[in-house]
Amino acid sequence: MRRILIMGATSAIAEATAREFARRGDALFLVGRSAERLQAIAADLKLRGATAAECHVLDARGMDRFPALVDSAAEVLGGLDTALIAHGTLSDQAACEASVETMMQEFATNALSAMALCTLLANRFAAQRHGTIAVISSVAGDRGRQSNYVYGSAKAALSAFTSGMRQRLHSQGVRMVTIKPGFVDTPMTVAFRKGVLWASPATAARYIVRAMIKGTPVLYVPWFWRPVMAIIRAVPEFIFQRLRL
Amino acid sequence: MAEPITSWRSGPGSSWGNLLHYSHRVVPLTHRFAALPDSSPLLAYGNGRSYGDVCLNQDGVLLATRGLDRFIAFDSVSGVIECEAGVLLNDLIELTLPYGWFPPVTPGTGFVTLGGAIANDVHGKNHHRVGSFCNHVLEFELQRSDGTVLRCTPEENREWFCATAGGLGLTGLIRRVRLQLRPVPGPWLGGDSRRFRSLGEFFELDRVSGGNYEYTVAWLDCATGKSHLGRGVYMRGNHVPGREPVKSRLPVRLPLTPPFSLINGLTRNFLNQAYFHRPAAEQSAARWHYQSFFYPLDGILELNRMFGPKGFFQYQCVIPEAVAERSLTEIFERIAGSGERSFLAVLKMFGRIPPLGMMSFPRPGATLALDFPNHGARTLALLEALDAITVAAGGAVYPAKDARMSQDSFQQYFPNWRQFKAYVDPAFSSSLWRRVTQ
Repeated sequence: MRRILIMGATSAIAEATAREFARRGDALFLVGRSAERLQAIAADLKLRGATAAECHVLDARGMDRFPALVDSAAEVLGGLDTALIAHGTLSDQAACEASVETMMQEFATNALSAMALCTLLANRFAAQRHGTIAVISSVAGDRGRQSNYVYGSAKAALSAFTSGMRQRLHSQGVRMVTIKPGFVDTPMTVAFRKGVLWASPATAARYIVRAMIKGTPVLYVPWFWRPVMAIIRAVPEFIFQRLRL
Repeated sequence: MAEPITSWRSGPGSSWGNLLHYSHRVVPLTHRFAALPDSSPLLAYGNGRSYGDVCLNQDGVLLATRGLDRFIAFDSVSGVIECEAGVLLNDLIELTLPYGWFPPVTPGTGFVTLGGAIANDVHGKNHHRVGSFCNHVLEFELQRSDGTVLRCTPEENREWFCATAGGLGLTGLIRRVRLQLRPVPGPWLGGDSRRFRSLGEFFELDRVSGGNYEYTVAWLDCATGKSHLGRGVYMRGNHVPGREPVKSRLPVRLPLTPPFSLINGLTRNFLNQAYFHRPAAEQSAARWHYQSFFYPLDGILELNRMFGPKGFFQYQCVIPEAVAERSLTEIFERIAGSGERSFLAVLKMFGRIPPLGMMSFPRPGATLALDFPNHGARTLALLEALDAITVAAGGAVYPAKDARMSQDSFQQYFPNWRQFKAYVDPAFSSSLWRRVTQ
């Protein structure tokens, strides 16, 4: 049985992933902003087989409370060996261009808070010499594009940060999994037209759980985003700057 | 947030018959605590397994309820389950069957939401013994556009319960459901299957079977030719003990709609004759897994695509018992003379347990379900002619499967519709409702 902390547990991908863990009988510590939504999810996860599903209300921007959060998770679950960091907001690019404050807030939510939590978890897991941390980054972090480069650069920071942390933790028996979803059909992406490239949260969740169990370093969800992003990264900047991606 | 006009990846905007392609604004519901959007007309859209336009709302808002798919409570001693209204019957079974509980009523597919099952007051092969779905609903929560939330049971807010049961989703949003399940010894059904050569034989078989078998249904031979008329295979079964098989079958997909219908005279005649003559059509000790017994067509996902890009019409009517044999014969002859052919025909006797819904479809008599590839005006003319027979017999057509019945027919089938209208939420509507009442 794994003892799992899930940050951003009301997000569609996190909830679908939590259901996969529940089916396996794992114990879950769910963190999110809405108490009633967390409680509804927790009740559901227990019926689906979770050994425990505890709720903790916290805004991801409240970074000063992260140490207490991690201690509380470990205490309530009787230990902690797995974490999924899944919170985030799909930034309003136009608003971020208009306001330095908004841009910095978005960056703090999507990058800094996840990096803060990773730092605490890494130290704890390194000390106990085992554990798995999975972080939801994004294919949007593979290259900055005019349509969402604030969100993209926060995710790029997360990808680079987790890459370095993976090297540091490797010899200490701790696995770091960077998850890069492409298009997933969630409330975050309701405004987009959906085509064949879109995956359901349940499909994404199955890949994510498998990667977390195996300790896959970088997971593209679904897999075909890996070659797609390789091509996009390979386009020279003097051409890329003229594109309307 | 931007106002998206979108086709949801998995469906809102279309129904199972693939006949109608409307534009909608889709609002996915992700939890059961939110207020309704402040616009209209609204309509809940579950999993899109009704056939026509009962789940569509042209140029209006579809509240996509599949995100309301959380279990709330399950008592494995009493068999009472409470969950959000977007939970699928299949998901419910996956949770409760290991504890020996099964839905009290199930339609021919497990891919329906509980909210949809209430809104259409669906029936199953055990109607003659237990009535329809809403006879087993203990409670649901109805959210109205004026902000009120009504807890409805057969006692509390009874009039709202009865209006919403079979109320085609028009009385508001069903958010939460509490359902009494039935105990079963396992996933298996046992029984037998018999060929019959005429409608008379069918009625005789049904008369002697209803008392001993919880589930009864007949498949009718749709191959062309006079000798085939009214013959078929009668199946009957009960839950029997046995363990879950280790390996469950994976569904086959039909990933694309073929550019033409795979259903034509050749395939229809071949498949129907093969089905009638296969050895298993006459079996004295049959044993079925619940999936193949209740959901034989769920093994192929997107089976509706085989009818090609033009889609298909379902026609399901109920005919009072006294005139059933005569009217059904008339229906078969009318179809035979039309040049149109049903691909699949299912016949079942409804029992006498009255439904709770004021607009529910099930009523005592014989119910016949047919599906016709869409050939435009020719198909519509035939279905009009079948409606004339159903109206004359004092029967009714099932709105969940309809895409074309006239206002006159609807209002004769459902004489309570005026009374029902008082319960329709002013912000809710559907393409079907506008079609049959305006």
